[in-house]
Amino acid sequence: MTDQAINESGSESVRSSTVSDDAFRGRLKRRHAADRRFRLIGLGAILVALTMLGIILVSIVGKGYTAFVATEIMLTVDLDRSVIDPKGTGDPAVIGAASYGKLIRDAMMAAFPEVKERRKLRSLFGLVSGEASHEIRQYVLDNPDAIGTRQAFWFPADDNIDMLVKGHIDRKSAEGDRKVSNDEIAWVEQLEASGAVRTVFNSRFFSSGDSREPEIAGVWGAVVGSFFMLVVTLLLSFPIAVMTAVYLEEFAPKNRWTDLIEVNINNLAAVPSIVFGLLGLAVFLNVMHLPRSAPIVGGLTLALMTLPTIVIAARAALGAVPPSIRQAALGMGASPMQTVLHHVLPLAMPGILTGTILGMARALGETAPLLMIGMVAFIVDIPSGVMDPATALPVQIYLWADSPERAFVEKTSGAIMVLLGFLIFMNAIAVLLRKRFERRW
Amino acid sequence: MKKILSLALLATVAVVGAAEARDQIRVVGSSTVFPFSTAVAETFGKTSGFKTPVVESTGSGGGLKLFCAGVGPEHPDITNASRRIKESEVELCAKNGVKEITEVKIGFDGIVFANSKATAEVDLSLKDIFLALAKEVPVDGKLVANPYKTWKDVNPALPATKIEVLGPPPTSGTRDAFVELAMEGGAKQIEMLADLRESDKKAFRAVAHSIREDGHYIEAGENDNLIVQKLEANPDAFGVFGYSFLDQNSDKIQGSAIGGVTPTFENIAGGDYKISRSMFFYVKKAHVGTIPGIKEFVGEFTSEDAFGEFGYLTDKGLIPLPEEERAKVRDEAVSMQSLTM
Repeated sequence: MTDQAINESGSESVRSSTVSDDAFRGRLKRRHAADRRFRLIGLGAILVALTMLGIILVSIVGKGYTAFVATEIMLTVDLDRSVIDPKGTGDPAVIGAASYGKLIRDAMMAAFPEVKERRKLRSLFGLVSGEASHEIRQYVLDNPDAIGTRQAFWFPADDNIDMLVKGHIDRKSAEGDRKVSNDEIAWVEQLEASGAVRTVFNSRFFSSGDSREPEIAGVWGAVVGSFFMLVVTLLLSFPIAVMTAVYLEEFAPKNRWTDLIEVNINNLAAVPSIVFGLLGLAVFLNVMHLPRSAPIVGGLTLALMTLPTIVIAARAALGAVPPSIRQAALGMGASPMQTVLHHVLPLAMPGILTGTILGMARALGETAPLLMIGMVAFIVDIPSGVMDPATALPVQIYLWADSPERAFVEKTSGAIMVLLGFLIFMNAIAVLLRKRFERRW
Repeated sequence: MKKILSLALLATVAVVGAAEARDQIRVVGSSTVFPFSTAVAETFGKTSGFKTPVVESTGSGGGLKLFCAGVGPEHPDITNASRRIKESEVELCAKNGVKEITEVKIGFDGIVFANSKATAEVDLSLKDIFLALAKEVPVDGKLVANPYKTWKDVNPALPATKIEVLGPPPTSGTRDAFVELAMEGGAKQIEMLADLRESDKKAFRAVAHSIREDGHYIEAGENDNLIVQKLEANPDAFGVFGYSFLDQNSDKIQGSAIGGVTPTFENIAGGDYKISRSMFFYVKKAHVGTIPGIKEFVGEFTSEDAFGEFGYLTDKGLIPLPEEERAKVRDEAVSMQSLTM
């Protein structure tokens, strides 16, 4: 303690004797101030970035969280035998062809017996989604014993009613200013009072394909399409990219040709994705005559796009394996192939996989190349293979953002959240791989 | 190596074989007709027992290009257009073997000139629109670069707010129709330009079809929802887009009256509202019979339940044809009458 005090006062006296004390302190102060400024600017940059991210997330989640719930209306439907199966045949073909819309309309009229005028009846029937009759049909086909009974069903509400119940349409605004009439609000309030309106988790959003009716539109078709596309991309780009990287890193002689190839691979990684789309259109559609809008074409195109990314990541990972490993393996009598397959590649694998996942995440978020090969399309059926027409998640977001119906605003944000969820999941796996398995020498 | 090559060849053949057989209708074309075409496709898929047609939005011109590329399952069966097919396109079709085409007119689309409900509604004439948006306007008998900065400069009856119009880019069919109907219509009302039209048609077109590029007309991209959002944020600005977006956002924006006529469903259907155009789709007759369901799809599209006065397409913003014309269109469509120019 005393030593230190002596030392400090000692150095103090040495300093004051060699340099001008004031000038020194002044310079030191300026340097410290510059240092603080530098740190503050850095902190400011992070704050700006975080604010932007926050604004984006808040606006997406704020607009989109209601997409995950759906409004349903309860109706007691008389499964009238004379409408469904008047002759009592029990034949599914007869039952399937019955007019289930009539059952819904009858149920509506029974619930609101005071509505008589034709025009008003029309808007009354419009409270529930057109999907209701398909649901009843499916129910009756699955449970033929229910014919002739009265049952309560929860049906999806029409998209405008859904918006009203969720509060996106102001009930107090002037009637001409909203898509929902005063009558419709009165009916909905009557239903709400009797407990026949509820909001539930919107499972349809995750299980159905696209639709022009916002209340029954879902992301599942796009998710499946994206999945098929990524499978094709992975199966194609991963082996080719890893073999390229292994050859270039481990076997290729260093000469002008390999330099040229290397420069080209680095350049390819920076080529705008729309160029790959045009290439896909020219090669896969016009020359090979593969079907338009099919995930296989999307996957092939995206594979071209992700190849350079994976090659670069794999080369970096292979390069990080210390030469002593190779020398030891060769010294023990392993052949060059054995050295690579048994020692170098396994050690580099976490890095290669990280790069692959990041490349796949980029492919998942890509729309521009898909535009050229016809995947920006309205497709209702869920694809069942790589040759079926399909769309992809980001494309679905783009299509919904462009739709006039108000209810698609929340669907758009909801789909963005689903896509972000997948991207975060993939990136988390990449981080996990790096943290758990990567070796540092 | 030989084995791999033959395997690859086999795979390609299998893939091409799969591409040959198509049991699903493919529709391409205009983004304006897209909302209607998709609604019909969905209903058709649910009720007819055929697969749901795949509908792509490629723009009218892009759709016709794909449509006219040839006959065979790799080419689309139907293309939508927000304008009539051009003679040059019919020739292109014929050159590639697409000789017989059926034209189906489905209805009208109004182009609206709208602003935020936060400001007063205005009544514009086509002449006002031309003077506010043209690149060159006649002043004292000479064509000069558009000097007008505010709406009041154009017409003293209008408010003194800055001219700021958000509209579609030149690639859009909406822009083509807007230029043709509104701008050209306005130019014709100016004496000097009407004279020019008599003497030199080309020069007149050049003047009437050029939109100013000095920041008063802002190209807002093809996304009409974006224009609606921008109008909400900036009450002084106007936007140009299709009627269905006005219909869906009637709580936020209002359509300006053109020559005293407001863009309402009745006014557009009755032909009183001047900036409206017809929408079409075209069917490749050579594919009827090879691709299942084309005839039925056309039948569904032209059924009274779809494009009729109370059909589901009117809920999506379609302005239907008059009743007699609908009957005629239906007859010609179902009997697959060939197009004659």
